[in-house]
Amino acid sequence: MGQTLFDKIWDAHVVSSNEGFPDILYIDTHFIHEVTSPQAFDGLRARGLPVFRPKQTVATADHNVPTWDQHLPIKEELSRYQVDMLTKNCAEFGIELYGLGHPFQGIVHVIGPELGITRPGGTYVCGDSHTSTHGAFGAIAFGIGTSQVEQVLATQCLLQQRPKRMKIEVNGTLQKGVGAKDIILYIISQISAAGGTGYAVEYAGDTIRSLSMEGRMTICNMSIEMGARCGLIAPDETTINYVKGREFAPKGEDWDKTVAYWQTLYSDDDAQFDKVLSFNAEDIEPMITYGTNPGMGIGITQHVPETLSFEEKEQGSYKKALNYMGLHDDEQLLGKPVDYVFIGSCTNSRIEDLRQVAEFVKGKHKADNVTVWVVPGSKQVQQQAIREGLDKVFEAAGFPLREPGCSACLGMNEDKIPAGKYCVSTSNRNFEGRQGPNSRTFLASPLTAAASAITGKITDIREFLKEEELVS
Amino acid sequence: MATKIFKHIQTSVVPLPIENIDTDQIIPARFLKATTREGFGNNLFRDWRYDNEGNPKPEFVLNEPIYRGKILVAGKNFGCGSSREHAAWALADYGFDAVVSSFFADIFKGNALNNGLLPVQVSDGFLKKIFDAVDKDPHTVIEIDLVDQFIKIVATGEQEGFEVNPYKKACMTNGYDDIDYILSKKELIAEFEER
Repeated sequence: MGQTLFDKIWDAHVVSSNEGFPDILYIDTHFIHEVTSPQAFDGLRARGLPVFRPKQTVATADHNVPTWDQHLPIKEELSRYQVDMLTKNCAEFGIELYGLGHPFQGIVHVIGPELGITRPGGTYVCGDSHTSTHGAFGAIAFGIGTSQVEQVLATQCLLQQRPKRMKIEVNGTLQKGVGAKDIILYIISQISAAGGTGYAVEYAGDTIRSLSMEGRMTICNMSIEMGARCGLIAPDETTINYVKGREFAPKGEDWDKTVAYWQTLYSDDDAQFDKVLSFNAEDIEPMITYGTNPGMGIGITQHVPETLSFEEKEQGSYKKALNYMGLHDDEQLLGKPVDYVFIGSCTNSRIEDLRQVAEFVKGKHKADNVTVWVVPGSKQVQQQAIREGLDKVFEAAGFPLREPGCSACLGMNEDKIPAGKYCVSTSNRNFEGRQGPNSRTFLASPLTAAASAITGKITDIREFLKEEELVS
Repeated sequence: MATKIFKHIQTSVVPLPIENIDTDQIIPARFLKATTREGFGNNLFRDWRYDNEGNPKPEFVLNEPIYRGKILVAGKNFGCGSSREHAAWALADYGFDAVVSSFFADIFKGNALNNGLLPVQVSDGFLKKIFDAVDKDPHTVIEIDLVDQFIKIVATGEQEGFEVNPYKKACMTNGYDDIDYILSKKELIAEFEER
């Protein structure tokens, strides 16, 4: 019987498999950041252990770094202490750190791929749930807790139960203005925030194939938002072309050998999945969330569901969510005024996202009632944007280009959405208080966010694109 | 290194019948700046528990003195979202030994097990029975036995078995952790790297 892509990669990394025990899985690269690593280093010290494979550990500071005046010392004391602690731990244990001021610094899930560290067939973990992003290259990548960070630092391995396998196919042609973010928000709205729990999800189908690497990363990034252990997409020409020539990508003869291996990485025709789901690209509108988990999403022209449409035991949680959001049954979101627009996060802060937004906002200006933050995913993305003059376009539109970090996705730095305010955000979570205490988040694509910034209210990007077509 | 041993508990419970409780609610990101594992219990469910001025919200269950106990009982898909182990630390630091729900998010479940906090997954029906029992009598006592893998409403004797990975069960009942186990296989890792 054929094998799934997931099983091929998993099997190639099993150090030991014993009946009744989880597998010992070898980890190719371990990414660490300032928030979930300090207790793990303390654990190593308590056990008197070194980092087993420091060269396979990559560190950056991203979660609580400021996104303005990064050259100055971090103002907030606890954030500064945590970042300093990472610097100290990396020096003590011999780990390369792409810290503030380093040309490779950035959100951990943006820098791994852009440096050619993330590659097809590999295993990647990080103390961050959005590690699923790296699966876009046809790799096994997932988030872990701090005890597991310590485990990987100590052994370069992880005890893991093999998850079940799910295939999600998307076929057909996307409408203009609909992109990768809308696809994944649509899938999660269909299967719920728990619909993928216990599964490794492989995304397939011609719509997925047609996406750029940036789009594929957006899809895999949000696998965790349906509870999946990880998401992955089989590598192809798009993947190989993306990795080629990057800083740490294999070179010369090595490259040819490696690519030959990557070409064996796909699910066999007769591979068995525990679950298979199919969706049509034509059914997907620009998406927006209305609630307090990423499964609470609708097409932008639809209305918020009625409480009575839910089972009785779910109605309490549903009412709580709507109440938090200040919305009511059957409300239409289109046209609702917003206060903030955040374009950034490990979901949508790559150069392609910024190019798309810049192209759309060129010659337009944000509405007066909206504050816009554009936060690049990495120093390299920021520099590239400046080289291409995107910063000037953003500036003219009232969208200042800030410096890289996780920023308002989780508000660990100063970039917080004030209580009660509405933010259209390209990030991945609309949980209560996620972007700041009592902030209210509408998750959407970069284009929907940009269009909403221009009009000052929730906007269907397709209306803009129609008008622009008529003009041109 | 030794971790907390868990075999059996019998205690009253704290009911939280809300679904999809994510780890941002359990411990908001702004409290993740500590660099030790201790003290997170003070900020457990921070924004549900306290208002913006830091005053306790009387209607939140942790502020209702009648509900006390070492077991948190919550709606389905508990612990979804961020992988922050701080969520498990906060629950354990506050004094919970077990969380009961009809469904747990993957990463949270692993983090809880690695910290001596037992996630007990029950059927939707049994979860409702517990909520109903606590509704009638806030002092309802629940028994959880990890060795024989059952959970029981003591007053009525109603009980249900629950699943737990045999390896993690051995870790929790003996106080072992994963690193001890992998380190015992270290020669296999070196062999793997040679391949």
